[in-house]
Amino acid sequence: MKSIFPALAALATLVAVAVSLRPAHNPGDYDVVGFGRLPTLVNGRLKPLDTVARTTLLVTQARQRVTLPDGSAISPDEWLLDVLFRPALANSYQTFEIVHPDVLTLFGLTPGDGAGKKRFSFDQLVKGLPELERQSKLADAVDAPVRTPFQRAVLQLRDNIILFQRLQDSLVPPGVDDYLEQVVALDKTLPAAMSALTAQRAGQPHDGAATKRLLELSQSFAAMDTLGYLLPIPPEAGMTVPSAWKSAGTSLQESLTTGRINPAALTFAAAGLAWRNHQPDAFNASVHAYRARLEAGIPALLQKCDVEARFNSSEPFYTSSMIYVLAFVLAVVSWLKWPDSLGRAAFWLVGIAWVLATAGIAARMWLEGRPPVTNLYSSALFVGWGAVALCLVLEYFYRNAIATVAAGLVGFGTLLIAHHLALGGDTMEMMRAVLDSNFWLATHVVTVTIGYSATFLAGFLALIYVVRGVFTRSLDRPTADALTRMTYGVVCFATLFSFVGTVLGGIWADQSWGRFWGWDPKENGALIIVLWNSIILHARWGGLVKARGLAMLAIFGNVVTAWSWFGVNMLGVGLHSYGFMESAFWWLIAFVATQLAAIAIAALPTTNWRSFRPTAA
Amino acid sequence: MKTVLRDLRDFFVSLKLTVALLVLGMVLVFAATLDQTNLGIWGIQQKWFRTFVVFQGVGGVGVPIFPGGYLIGGLLLVNLLGAHFARFKLTWRKSGIFLTHAGLILLLVGELLSGLWQEDYHMRLSEGDTKNYAESFRDNELALTDTTDANFDAIVAIPEALLARHAEVQHPKLPFRVVTKAYYPNSLLQMRAAGGPPSLATTGLGLNVVAAPQPMTYKQDETNTPTAYVELVGPDGPAGTFLVSTGLVGPQRFDYAGRSWKITLRAKRTYQPFSLTLLKFNHDNYAGTDIPKNFSSRLRLTTPDGRDDREVLIYMNNPLRYAGLTFYQAGFENNDRTTILQVVRNPSWMLPYVACSLMALGLLGQFGIHLVGFVQKRRVKSKLSVPAVA
Repeated sequence: MKSIFPALAALATLVAVAVSLRPAHNPGDYDVVGFGRLPTLVNGRLKPLDTVARTTLLVTQARQRVTLPDGSAISPDEWLLDVLFRPALANSYQTFEIVHPDVLTLFGLTPGDGAGKKRFSFDQLVKGLPELERQSKLADAVDAPVRTPFQRAVLQLRDNIILFQRLQDSLVPPGVDDYLEQVVALDKTLPAAMSALTAQRAGQPHDGAATKRLLELSQSFAAMDTLGYLLPIPPEAGMTVPSAWKSAGTSLQESLTTGRINPAALTFAAAGLAWRNHQPDAFNASVHAYRARLEAGIPALLQKCDVEARFNSSEPFYTSSMIYVLAFVLAVVSWLKWPDSLGRAAFWLVGIAWVLATAGIAARMWLEGRPPVTNLYSSALFVGWGAVALCLVLEYFYRNAIATVAAGLVGFGTLLIAHHLALGGDTMEMMRAVLDSNFWLATHVVTVTIGYSATFLAGFLALIYVVRGVFTRSLDRPTADALTRMTYGVVCFATLFSFVGTVLGGIWADQSWGRFWGWDPKENGALIIVLWNSIILHARWGGLVKARGLAMLAIFGNVVTAWSWFGVNMLGVGLHSYGFMESAFWWLIAFVATQLAAIAIAALPTTNWRSFRPTAA
Repeated sequence: MKTVLRDLRDFFVSLKLTVALLVLGMVLVFAATLDQTNLGIWGIQQKWFRTFVVFQGVGGVGVPIFPGGYLIGGLLLVNLLGAHFARFKLTWRKSGIFLTHAGLILLLVGELLSGLWQEDYHMRLSEGDTKNYAESFRDNELALTDTTDANFDAIVAIPEALLARHAEVQHPKLPFRVVTKAYYPNSLLQMRAAGGPPSLATTGLGLNVVAAPQPMTYKQDETNTPTAYVELVGPDGPAGTFLVSTGLVGPQRFDYAGRSWKITLRAKRTYQPFSLTLLKFNHDNYAGTDIPKNFSSRLRLTTPDGRDDREVLIYMNNPLRYAGLTFYQAGFENNDRTTILQVVRNPSWMLPYVACSLMALGLLGQFGIHLVGFVQKRRVKSKLSVPAVA
């Protein structure tokens, strides 16, 4: 038992990971996976349609799975196909999350009307849209920082509905029944219609019906161009230049003057028609033919889209977070029973989860062509990654499962934060001009983020010290000493990295804004972390604190870091406030409260610590 | 007496004081950051950092609430220097700490110097414009220009601060004294209603325009519009009282004692020994979005002596450093035809770089020495413990 359990646990986990990494399979006869891998330009980035489907769903309903009214589920790609080509059906899917009761009241709905008591369909909302529009106008007039939760919820829902409608209008204009048939036939009808138009302009006899149809189509194209969200049509030559990609509307509009129809526009129409008419073979044929054409023009981009779609469906960070939880539980239990085998199993699990997260981060870096941290989302991934890496090193030296427990906590916690940050939209967004510098992103941002990791890790090690010491008898002298040494070492590491990172930030600021230091909130946040870490070190060197004091100070480091990471973004001032967010505010308060409570508990006289109480003889 | 002195010295060099000062510094930075929502980034620097004591207005009276940046930083400097003289012996093991602290001292001094020396200006150039001066963000000046000679302007500029103090200004180049009758740091200009109260101004635009005093604003996206009523009095009698304001477009002209003059309140200018011409401003967005990808200004730099005449390109993260000034791409306006450059003069800009190199080196060395020691100790221990287990 003792010797094989860790190996078995690791093997089982590896199998589970391998299963999660399998390529996605098609749920039916349609090659929806292949469709999801097709590229489109959205928000300045060429990405697979699969990413568009998933990020849109995360934004509107905070999860990727779509549950149909009959309880069955469809994949994001199938949902996207329905949104694009069967709009009426998509309108009945309950994909708008509304949790604010007053917003529901605007629509005369109650939570009971929604799937899972919070998700509603467009059909359910359509009657209340004028009222939503009116409320949005009222909310728009209020400055963003002082909007009430109701006003924010109203604007959020309005934006979500607009996003959904723009997606719907990308390839099919609203309110034209036989549009797809007309476009598919356009290949043949266009020359005749164009000559009819020329004849009409010259005042000669012509086919009046044909020119009228052409005019109507042209209006549809114009509508799609203004309303549509996707820019999925590559130019026939020079597909690699993103700015040359067009909306279906623009591309088709141009066909009316050139007489040449872009094959991509035809493909989307043909695939859409096949999807609508339940013809899997026709659908697959047009998707595959289109892909073959792209393969010739943009093989590298297509490969990126394939990897991204695969990355999306395998959800490495989700799997990783589950393994962290498992490792955490095993490691905690190892303090009570079978320390050796459970501890080792937990260590292996953390290792596997970390490697998986590393692979996920590496995949993102390759896809973006960027260093690991580019926005708040990726900073959460990287903070966890860095802290767990430190834990692995610590555990290698100490082998007491303490660092494994910390790894499980921090690893899971940061991935959970990342999951919630992903609800804002595509996490691989383009970098604003001032941030567009891989050199500084790779040096300043990475170092500062590792500083965050280490400061958090020191705090969590200290938490373990306090919890084990106060509530259990398991904190014996060697364990306590080891924990103190680990905490101290990690604080040293944190000081080094947060300092160097802050300085590099100063140099970047000097290069781009003309001052080394400007007392900007984000800069101050970084400075506060450096100050706090040096306070801990100096207090320790000066003998002002011993083991317990060190733990208390390190726990407060959690508060300091959380504030610098998220709190300053909530102030909404300064040059750095590109990561503005609000909903996390209460979570931040709650986190700070728990840390202060832990410090208060640690302040109890040692006679109240179960571990330090003299054993009753 | 000796013990008192020794106690005093021990207090100033103690690690306890270091920790206390660091804590105070941290609180200061935190409070100042929160205060930014009220005062803006410029206001908090004056209130919290560039001062010995932080005053908070309570019912119109400034109450000292916290030691300011100068006090905390200064004491930290004393504490550090003292500790090094009194306690430290330079040994190999301590060399890292020594370097770190030397860097820190330099950093504190550097921040003090850039607080004192650094000047910020901005330069707006539309395509084709040539300028040999930059304008201040916050400071204004009353400019009196003698335009009598068609080839030559003689300018006397009076800082706004003198107007604010209602100082009487006399200058050898001016045939009159400048007397400030009224001064508002921020104001709103309105057309004077017919039959309204009489204006302080007796000539110029002030006959038709009045200034209503406004509270000062510190918001990042708002600027103050100072206005003053200045009377020009000379031996040949008064030239009248003018309303001058940064809210007025262009100078007002008048004649006095046979010479032609212009008077205006404008952003303070600093002249450079070279000029810049904007050839082209570029502003790229990512395809299909409003997310800016790049801003850049292509300029021609020329010096009057003809030694320099070349094109330069300024873009994000790539400033132009020339003649002690640094030009950054800061913004744009006017439908992408006007570029806004930030111009910074900071003679001490190198100090942070040096300081930080020292500190990084010191920290690396210090923790490196510890880490190596730790790993070696573990090795010895684990080697010792092997036979015990077996």
